[in-house]
Parts: sequence; C-alpha cells; structure tokens
Amino acid sequence: MNGREAVIEVRGLRNQFGAQVVHENLDLEVYRGEILGVVGGSGSGKSVLLRSIVGLLRPAGGSVRLLGEDMLHIGEARRAELESRCGVLFQNGALFSSLSVADNVMVPMREHYSLPPAMMQRLAALKIALAGLPAGTGAKFPSELSGGMVKRAALARAIALDPDILFLDEPTAGLDPIGAAAFDQLILTLRESLGLTVFLITHDLDTLYTICDRVAVLSQKRVLVADTLERVERYDDAWVQDYFQGPRGRAAMGAAERREAKA
Amino acid sequence: MPSAPAPAASAPHLSRDDAGVLVASGDWTLAHARALAGRAAALGRSGTGGQERRVDASGILRLDTAGAQALLDLAPADDIKGLDANRRALLDAVAAAAARTETGGRRGRDGGVLDLFARTGNAVEQIGNDAWKLLGFIGLVLATLARSLPDPRRWRFTSLVFHIEQTGLDAVPIVVLLNFLVGAVVAFLGATVLKDFGASIYTIELIGYSFLREFGVLLTAIMVAGRSGSAFTAQIGSMKSREEIDAIRTLGLDPVEVLVLPRVLALLVSLPILTVLAMLAGIVGGAAVCVLSLDISPTMFVTRLQGLNATQHFWVGMSKAPLFAFLIAAIGCLEGMKVSGSAQSVGTHTTSSVVQAIFVTILVDALAAIFYMEIGV
Repeated sequence: MNGREAVIEVRGLRNQFGAQVVHENLDLEVYRGEILGVVGGSGSGKSVLLRSIVGLLRPAGGSVRLLGEDMLHIGEARRAELESRCGVLFQNGALFSSLSVADNVMVPMREHYSLPPAMMQRLAALKIALAGLPAGTGAKFPSELSGGMVKRAALARAIALDPDILFLDEPTAGLDPIGAAAFDQLILTLRESLGLTVFLITHDLDTLYTICDRVAVLSQKRVLVADTLERVERYDDAWVQDYFQGPRGRAAMGAAERREAKA
Repeated sequence: MPSAPAPAASAPHLSRDDAGVLVASGDWTLAHARALAGRAAALGRSGTGGQERRVDASGILRLDTAGAQALLDLAPADDIKGLDANRRALLDAVAAAAARTETGGRRGRDGGVLDLFARTGNAVEQIGNDAWKLLGFIGLVLATLARSLPDPRRWRFTSLVFHIEQTGLDAVPIVVLLNFLVGAVVAFLGATVLKDFGASIYTIELIGYSFLREFGVLLTAIMVAGRSGSAFTAQIGSMKSREEIDAIRTLGLDPVEVLVLPRVLALLVSLPILTVLAMLAGIVGGAAVCVLSLDISPTMFVTRLQGLNATQHFWVGMSKAPLFAFLIAAIGCLEGMKVSGSAQSVGTHTTSSVVQAIFVTILVDALAAIFYMEIGV
C-alpha cells in the first residue's frame, strides 16, 4: 500500500483537562481502506483521541484533517457534511432508547436526506441485515436486545449513511468469545464490501491479531508507534513489551498463528 | 483497495440500449436514491413482459448500499455486469443481506374506538395493579418494621438522621414560606367575603380553622411529596438500575430494612414537625394581613384564636401528618423499587411517584375530613 491516501491526519495534537495533559504532540495517520487498531493502557486517552478526531472535543492545539480537510478551521455546514461521512460506534452502543432499532437506523437518513418512508424502511432493514442481525430485530427496542445485539444495532446505525470512515470504540468489550469473533469477522466483511476505513479502539488482543492491518500504541501522551503488528511487537518499550509479550498477548499470538496454519 | 478520491458528483442515469440491456451510469448513491427509484420504476413499466433483465453497470462512478439495492431491484446480482471486484463485493453483500430482510409492516395503532377502549381498559387494570402492589408493599414495610424494632442493633441511626436532615431540616424554609404566603392569601379572601356581612373579624377564625385542621398539613404533605417522595424514587430507582439493590440482597441484607425503613421513619419524624411549623407560618401570614390591612390588633387576634377550640383542631390536623408521611414514603420507595434497567425508567417512575403521592394525600385528606365531620370533632 504505497502512495496511500491518508483519510485521517492528526498533527501535533494537544488535549488537556485543567492541568492534566492527555495528549502532547500526538501524530497519527489513518490510510484509506485499512483497519487501524488503537491500543493503550486505561486512561491513556484512546477515547479522547477518537472524540477529538470526530469533532466531539475541541483540542487545545494541533490540527486534525479528515478526508483532507482541516476540521478545526472549516464552516459549520461543511463540517456537518464531513461528520455525516463518519460512522461512530460508541462503547455502549448509545442507541436512542425511545426508538426502535429500525427507527434508530433511520435517524441519520431522516436528518440528512429526504427519502420516502418506505425506502427508508427498506434501507434500514438492509443495514440491520448487513450488521448480521436476524430479520425482525428492527421492530424491537434497545432494551429488548442482548449486549451483542446492541453492538450490532449500533453498527447498523453507524453505517446507515455509508460512511467512508468507521470509528469503533471497544466493539468487542463485554461480548462472549464467539460473539466477539463473529463481530471481528463482520467488521472485516463490511470493510471489504463497503470499502470502509476503520479506526478501532480495542483491548481485545484477538481482535488486533485477527483483523487489524496496523496497530497504533498510545502511550506517554502520544502515539508511540504505529505500524504492522510484527514491527509493533518488536518495538523497544517496556509497556509495549508487557502488552504483547505478556501471557494474554502470547496466547492471542499463538491462536492467530494456529488460525493461519489451518487456513 | 476502494475507489480513488471521489469524482465530482454526477446525477445517476439509466437507459435501455438497443440490445435491451439496461445501462446504468453516474452516481448511484443515497443522495440520489429518490431519483433512482423513480427511474427504475419508469423503466420497469416500459419493459416488455418477458424481457430478459440485464444491467451494464460499468458506467457507474460511485456506488453505495442504497445504489446497490436499486441495482438489485432491476436485475438479479448475476445479471449485473461491469463491476470491479470491490463493487462486486458490495453488491453481493447487499444481495445476501437483502435476502435476509423481511418487508413486514410496522406494528401500528389503529387509532379507532377499539383502541380507545383497549387503552382505557389497560389504564384501569394498571390502577388496580398499582393499588394492589401498594397495599402489599405497605404490609411488607410494616412487617419489616415489626421485626427490626425490638432489635436496636438493626436500627440504622446514621441513615435515619441523614434522611431527617434531607427531608425535614432542609425543607423548613420552603414549607414556611409557602404556608406564610397562603395564609396571607386566605386572610385577604376571607376579609373580602366577610366584610359584606360586617364580619371581618371572623377572618381570624377562618385562618385558625383552615390552617390547624387542613391547610398546614395538606400543603406540607404536597410539598414533601414533590420534594422528598420524588427524591426517594430517584435514589432507590438509580440504585435499582445499577443492580445495587440486587447486590444488597446477595450480601444477605434486606433492601426494605436498609433502604426503605430509614426513609419511612425519617418522614414520620419530619412531616409532623414540618406541619407544626407550617401551621404557625400560615397563622402568622394571616395575622400579618389582619394587623397590617384589616385594623385588627395583634392582641385581638391572639384572644380570638384562644377562643377557638384551638387544641382540638390542632390535633385533628396533626393526626393526619403521620398517615401522609407513611403513604408518601411508601409510594416513593415502591416506585423506586419498580424501576427496571434504563435511566428513562427512573424518570417515568419519579413522575408517577409524585402524581400518586399527591393524589393519595388529597384523597385521604378528603376521607379524613368526612370522618371527623361525622364524629363531630
């Protein structure tokens, strides 16, 4: 993937809350069509990074370019247009609890396009099926869904407008291993078929080994290293070594190797 | 990997060539979905019955899921030619997903007379259920109280004092102010009506009667229902939605004893005290109006008030305070216990708690008024 186009370009990002500096001089690129895994210890500012890229948080300094445009210095209208080309899956789904799943998926369509209701219904049903939910889920309310189904429903809403970039905040957290593996495959499938670029925050080592093209390690207030998994594993840093060479890291690595051997 | 930077937007186009193949070009995206649907419908009608359906999609500039679905409306996936590998993957994914969707209508209300009856019936049933549950809960609270009273080690003093402060002490300013103002208003109203009979002086009896027997306790109870009953529901409800009630239970404790009893007992202490203050504030409010604008001297006011059988009326009013306190606390706690899961549920039950508590308060007050009238006190 040489001469790749960077769809997200973060330069010299600085975030702070009061006296506490979360990010200092943080640089990161995400290239079109890749799945970038973002890892880091608790409190290292992974979610803060996501929030400042999608524009939910105004950084204290630096620049964020999304699809080639400087998010911090463009007008409201253009910004809203760019935001509609991003889909975000929040950690707990953030489905609107007063709306059915289908209505949740239709919210962005209703806001950004004027479509006949029947067409929206069909498209919503399509997205729900693409997210791997059984037919009939659309009529249900978020409170009637299991944890895994909530994530899938939230994913259906995130891809409602065919975004260019999909942001996922710990998509497999709280799912059982089978559900988590199925969700990983779903993201792979959607990436291939919808041509998505995926920005994925995760603690799940299996997810990293299974679907990520590159991994960015957030530590010491910046992106320590962002590269392929093989190179990141060998990176000379105590935290990175602990993370990938610890018992869980090695187990995930072994599992990934076994999978490859089988394939 | 997917397409190069998006080319300039261009409207989607669909036509039929000489060989009968549908030729699609332009942007087949969600932004043009309405136009696409119209175009496809028009061509579908113009096509002859048994015509073979094939689509040449090589001219398409941009394609998303909405566009893919529109293509699939024209022809099956295998008969759509001219797509590159990525778009083929998109089309296949959409075709596979579309096969799994069901195009059922939504559950809707018919909005007719039948619906009206059904909702009325549901509401009546709901009221019955609520009343039944409330009675059950009152029984449960009383039984728990009876069990824990003889055992001082199970009394929760810290919690009790905390709730007395929250529901009693903190409510003093608002309750006093409210009753003072209502006292003044009642005095004005009474004076206006009674002046025509030359009986302005009876304003004093009016204030004494109304605040000692009714207004003092009723206004306080309504204030406490809105202030503390709702707080009980919100506190217990948010604990319920975070599974804290379940945690209490698994730790071998009784949620009724830990959470409900201190609140009920606290209101049983606070509400009577607040009621006394409310009666005083109401009478002072009335006295202020009498002295300042009706030319009744303070001495006269006090003398006439003493002429009234004040002690008896005071106890009639006070006898209702513990009853209201118990009902308000029980309803507040019960509604909190009914919360399930979401934050929305906490809001619903808090509203319901206040409405029920005020309703029950006024209902019981009316029954008590009839009762005392009949027995002649």
